[in-house]
Amino acid sequence: MTGNRTIDPAVAEMLQRAEEMGISTAFDRAEEMKPCPIGSAGACCKNCSMGPCRLVGKHDRGICGATRETIAARNFARMVASGASAHSDHGRDMALTLLAAAEGEAPDYEIRDVKKLLEVAQFLGVETENRETMEIAKETAEVALAQIGQQKGELLYLQRAPKKRQEIWRKAGVAPRGIDREVVELMHRTHVGTDQWYESILMAALRNALSDGWGGSMLATDITDILFGSPVPLTANVNMGALKEDEVNIVVHGHEPVLSEMILLAVRDPEMIEYAKSKGAKGINLTGICCTANETLMRQGVPTIGNFLSQELAMMTGAIELMIVDIQCIMQALAPLADQFHTKLVTTSPKAHIEGATHVEFDEHRALEMAKEIVKMGIDNFPNRQDTHIPKEINHLVAGFSHEYINYALGGFYRGSFRPLNDAVIQGRLRGVAGVVGCNNPRRCQDASHEYIVREMIKNDVLVAMTGCGAIAAAKYGLLSPEAARYAGPGLREICETVGIPPVLHVGSCVDNARILTTLSQMATEGGLGEDIADLPGVGFAPEWMSEKAISIGSYCAGSGVYTIMGSESPVANSPIVDHFLSEGWEERVGGKLEFIADPEEAVEKALEHIDKKREALGLEEYDPSRFGRSGDRRMEEWLALLEKGEPVSLYREPRLK
Amino acid sequence: MSRYIATRGIRGANRIVKEAEDLFEKALAEHGPDTKVAFPNTGYYLPVILGITGTEVERLGDLKPVLEHARSLLHPVPEDRLWTPYLGEALDCGIATLLAEEVIMGIRFIYGEQPERLPGFRLAGGTFTSPDEAEEGGVEGRLNGPIDDIQLRSWGIQLVDGRMPGFAAIIGAAKSNEVAVKIVRELQMRNILVFLCGNVNGRSIIHQLTEEGVELGYDTYTVPFGTDTISAIYAAGFATRAALTFGGKKGGQTREIFLYNKFRVFAFGLALGEVDDLKYATAGGVISYGFPVIADTVIPEILPTGVTQYEHVISMPFDDIEGKDDLERATRLVQRCIEVRGVKVKIAEIPIPIPYGSAFEGERVKRADMRIEFGGKYSRAFEYLRMRDLDEVEDGKIEIVGPGFEDVEEGGYMDLGIVVEVAGRKMQEDFEPVLERQIHYFINGASGVQHIGQRDIAWIRVSKSAAEKGLTLRHFGDILYARFHSDFEAIVDKVQVTIYTDPEKMKEWLEVARAAYDVRNKRLVEMTDESVDAFYSCTLCQSFAPNHVCVVSPERLGLCGAYNWLDCKASHQINPTGPNQPVPKGEPLDSDKGYWQGPIDFVYEHSNHTVEKVSMYSIMEDPMTACGCFECIAMVIPEANGIMVVSREDPSMTPAGMTFSTLAGMAGGGLQTPGVMGVGKYYLASKKFIRPDGGFKRVVWMSSFLKESMAEELKAVAEREGDPDLIDRIADERNVTTVEELVAWLEEHDHPALKMPPIL
Repeated sequence: MTGNRTIDPAVAEMLQRAEEMGISTAFDRAEEMKPCPIGSAGACCKNCSMGPCRLVGKHDRGICGATRETIAARNFARMVASGASAHSDHGRDMALTLLAAAEGEAPDYEIRDVKKLLEVAQFLGVETENRETMEIAKETAEVALAQIGQQKGELLYLQRAPKKRQEIWRKAGVAPRGIDREVVELMHRTHVGTDQWYESILMAALRNALSDGWGGSMLATDITDILFGSPVPLTANVNMGALKEDEVNIVVHGHEPVLSEMILLAVRDPEMIEYAKSKGAKGINLTGICCTANETLMRQGVPTIGNFLSQELAMMTGAIELMIVDIQCIMQALAPLADQFHTKLVTTSPKAHIEGATHVEFDEHRALEMAKEIVKMGIDNFPNRQDTHIPKEINHLVAGFSHEYINYALGGFYRGSFRPLNDAVIQGRLRGVAGVVGCNNPRRCQDASHEYIVREMIKNDVLVAMTGCGAIAAAKYGLLSPEAARYAGPGLREICETVGIPPVLHVGSCVDNARILTTLSQMATEGGLGEDIADLPGVGFAPEWMSEKAISIGSYCAGSGVYTIMGSESPVANSPIVDHFLSEGWEERVGGKLEFIADPEEAVEKALEHIDKKREALGLEEYDPSRFGRSGDRRMEEWLALLEKGEPVSLYREPRLK
Repeated sequence: MSRYIATRGIRGANRIVKEAEDLFEKALAEHGPDTKVAFPNTGYYLPVILGITGTEVERLGDLKPVLEHARSLLHPVPEDRLWTPYLGEALDCGIATLLAEEVIMGIRFIYGEQPERLPGFRLAGGTFTSPDEAEEGGVEGRLNGPIDDIQLRSWGIQLVDGRMPGFAAIIGAAKSNEVAVKIVRELQMRNILVFLCGNVNGRSIIHQLTEEGVELGYDTYTVPFGTDTISAIYAAGFATRAALTFGGKKGGQTREIFLYNKFRVFAFGLALGEVDDLKYATAGGVISYGFPVIADTVIPEILPTGVTQYEHVISMPFDDIEGKDDLERATRLVQRCIEVRGVKVKIAEIPIPIPYGSAFEGERVKRADMRIEFGGKYSRAFEYLRMRDLDEVEDGKIEIVGPGFEDVEEGGYMDLGIVVEVAGRKMQEDFEPVLERQIHYFINGASGVQHIGQRDIAWIRVSKSAAEKGLTLRHFGDILYARFHSDFEAIVDKVQVTIYTDPEKMKEWLEVARAAYDVRNKRLVEMTDESVDAFYSCTLCQSFAPNHVCVVSPERLGLCGAYNWLDCKASHQINPTGPNQPVPKGEPLDSDKGYWQGPIDFVYEHSNHTVEKVSMYSIMEDPMTACGCFECIAMVIPEANGIMVVSREDPSMTPAGMTFSTLAGMAGGGLQTPGVMGVGKYYLASKKFIRPDGGFKRVVWMSSFLKESMAEELKAVAEREGDPDLIDRIADERNVTTVEELVAWLEEHDHPALKMPPIL
């Protein structure tokens, strides 16, 4: 029974194997356990012990009198708070690592991207003239941490948004004052008997989400770039075919690159490779799952064997000696599953233990040494390998599109700018831009919505940027390779051929959605496309979202002016008023809106409609793909083909195929 | 880019950088690191390298870091499958290519291999006063090589006032000689400067044009750089210097230099014939300047925009261009080039049987090619323009009084008088000389016609080929009629032209004209700064030098020499919202030094608030800034207690230790540098010339060119200053080129400056 569970042939193959082995996966559990209809519509309140109250049928008030609106809004707000806290705590850890590195306490870490450090330092008001790199790094880390703990004023990064956007935030009262404060306050507001007006709750939720996007997440991305380098394009492999039969397979899974970068150094250590050989393996093969994979993929080209829903299936190949996990989106099911194979599951984060897993608590002071110990555990496990079943499925992609690189790509070292991108949108070669992000969700066919929406977008000349599990999904079907330009509309294809990019750009892990905000800001300030992100012909999608982080992301995108479509039924469906407020209410106040549209076809239709509406508002020419597509190599290739065939050709004449 | 182009461009870049490195090592071994490296007559070192890297290359050893930078910009060629992006990479490789190419050219100069030798080739001269002299002189057997700063500056004014809309860098060889000629003629007709370089299988457009007898050189707006692709670097050098000279950019402000070119310099590359790796690589560099590239062969197109204003690369396979024959196709090709670059071309349709355009202005007619001449050694010619009442002029009437030149023997001469009568509601007598001076440019625009001089010293030659094509005297009338209408429609409603060859009538009108010249001379001479209420601004050059404002007064003409107060007044009448605006003098703050509130406020406001105060006369205190088009540079020589004046015609070393070219960098770009000032040469003769600093007596050194070309005026000045021998006391480059020599000379010649109060 895999027909409507996934479109990934490797996963389908492994689901078959799971069935044969009698192993239950998230796919099965999702079928066995229907979603709670009360919770899924935001109708349940369990914020105090007078309840839990369920506001269904004739009940339209809780024990305390809370309305459907209040309860739906509070539930939504708590998702935002949780999601924002996850990203921001991730950002904090990155800042702490930078601080430790700068203070010499984490000797295995260095500043790999000094240029980025100087840029970030400038954004954060850190003096850079005549100072040692490590001094700058230290103060940058301290200011970043101070931003997280800031109580008053405004986050410094808000200034990276277009001026008009900043004014909109201030006017709407949603400019975040700090990062932690917004989470704490939102938790407080949603405590029993506190904020009991849905509008007030949802605007506070918006402010908290913005403190994620323009705060915690943006800091996380920037500091990760400083420590490990800003990504530049590179090629890599994706899907389970990247596992190796004859090598020690070590998988990193989770969201942080701090340990995985060290693991990578460890597996490349000739001593470790020798050791692996002594155990009968031909080498050590490092691969990844989820966003730890995205982090190492973006910067190091480490292959990715799958996204969120692939994690159990990958383990079932029997070929993974060791899976190292850090934080977020790690299924507890992995621990009992690992027991059924020889795989060792190693948890490393002090805040993410899993019962039954081996815990090796990460200590950045001796990071590389620890990484080697962990890798050694994996190598030692190689002789225990039993039967393996590795699907052959593999695809190829180009990743590594930081906004810094995109700027470079469009003009080189001296002429880099977003001008060519804006020109392309203005002229209508690009109808618009879209961010397609987010998770997998076993309630929906794995990858199907991602794949459908992405294909439709590029077919309609919409340039797509992707992060997280969505990016891995699209990569599995070849959409992240430059050759995928052939699926694009004529205008987008011209742009792809001009720059050499795929029509779908992998911009990083889910915390890197901040890169999309930066890119959109640069487009809005480059000129010709209005003055604000909300003026741009752009949309956002999270077609298969499942985590609370996705709700925070969706909210900060909307709060930044983007029409954002979440691919599910509404989690606030119990209150049409709240549902409407997330859409029209937010749009009225901040220019962007959040909508829940489960049907991908409808989502595509509404997205294109929105893009065209924005084009019209900007006074741009109506989208007409028939005007484009003439440039590129095709004509030259035809000419060369004729020449090769010995046909008479002239340099002064178009090739004419018979 | 396209992957095809990126692959070839990147491959070409890798090769040329290697070639440059090898050549550098060889030269280093053979000549040593201290060998001088320079292009002739430029103050901008190796200009592309200066612009892009900020490095002032003077010695061979200085090239090493340049090559290292070039190498750091290289990238590998894109893969056939699963390629990573290549646009930024290919553009960087293009920059590396330009750096490598300029390194190679710099080294070739050491070996005496530049400008390239082409046996039998003769350049169409530089600035000249007598065509016969230039025939004897001139550099034979060498192509032009890099353009010198002097020429760059003299084209500057034309580039800004729109007479020259842009430049085309042609690389390769046309499909046939006749197409080559047609393309160049089409560009010349639009006054587009043409740079020629490159070859296809050894054959260059330079060969093609030379074979067809097309004159190549500064004077015909067609500059043959060299027959290889590398010589295209001289076009990039020209563009870079435009940004440095007129844009006030500094070496190393690379992005600004490129953007200046993208927005202000209307240039494009035209690749004729097969495009090889090095041409693609060079194109990558050219595109970074914002210049599009058009090819007449099948190559991939790059139509999205952004790095350039319009499409990046256009392919127009020549035989597919619609047209009845190759000539028509060539015309269409040029039209398309102009569209792609967005070059604004104003072209007047002149109903004459020969090509017409400013590019032909500098064309020479050698005695051997001459059908007839008017004026010069053996005959007399004059031209005179006067205004009449509207009912006194019959618009379009062109009358020849006397015989045509059909019966004069070949190579012969005859007297000629051209009388233009104009009428218009806004016409004023003051405009007469302004309009009259245009006759020179208008007549000169005809291909095969040469016009020199003005008033009663006009000298016109008609070539045999122009006469064969049917040119008659009547056509001079047609030209003047058409141009006065098209260029001066705001003030001229009616134009009538009478051409006199009848000796009696000719003499009669010559007297009338001379009387008028006399009146005009006196009128301008009698005007003083005190006698007017307003000066005029000239911001014509702001398209190039955005922070510079000229203030033109009756006693201080524009530094380019092209605009005096009356010209500005006329120009303002013609175009009331144009670059010449009245500047009311306002409150006099110190009229001796030339401080008035009006000009100060105006300059501050219109210099983007960079020039806070300006004196009309002083070189020491708040001197007026300059764009880059100045005829002369005045500079204080503290040791001599005076100033020197070097003219742009003078390439020699000055006592300041710098040539005109180097000094120009300090004087131009809208920078206010006390002690240095760019001026028009006739300002030297003004009573107000550096009056607060001591006036003309401060001049201790001046280029001999000035002494000779302004002998009359300077003599008058000397008398005015009460020292008739003053000019002889002033040193020039023939006897003094260092400060020490200068001081000795001044003492020996008892120059008054030595007794004046200290200038500093």
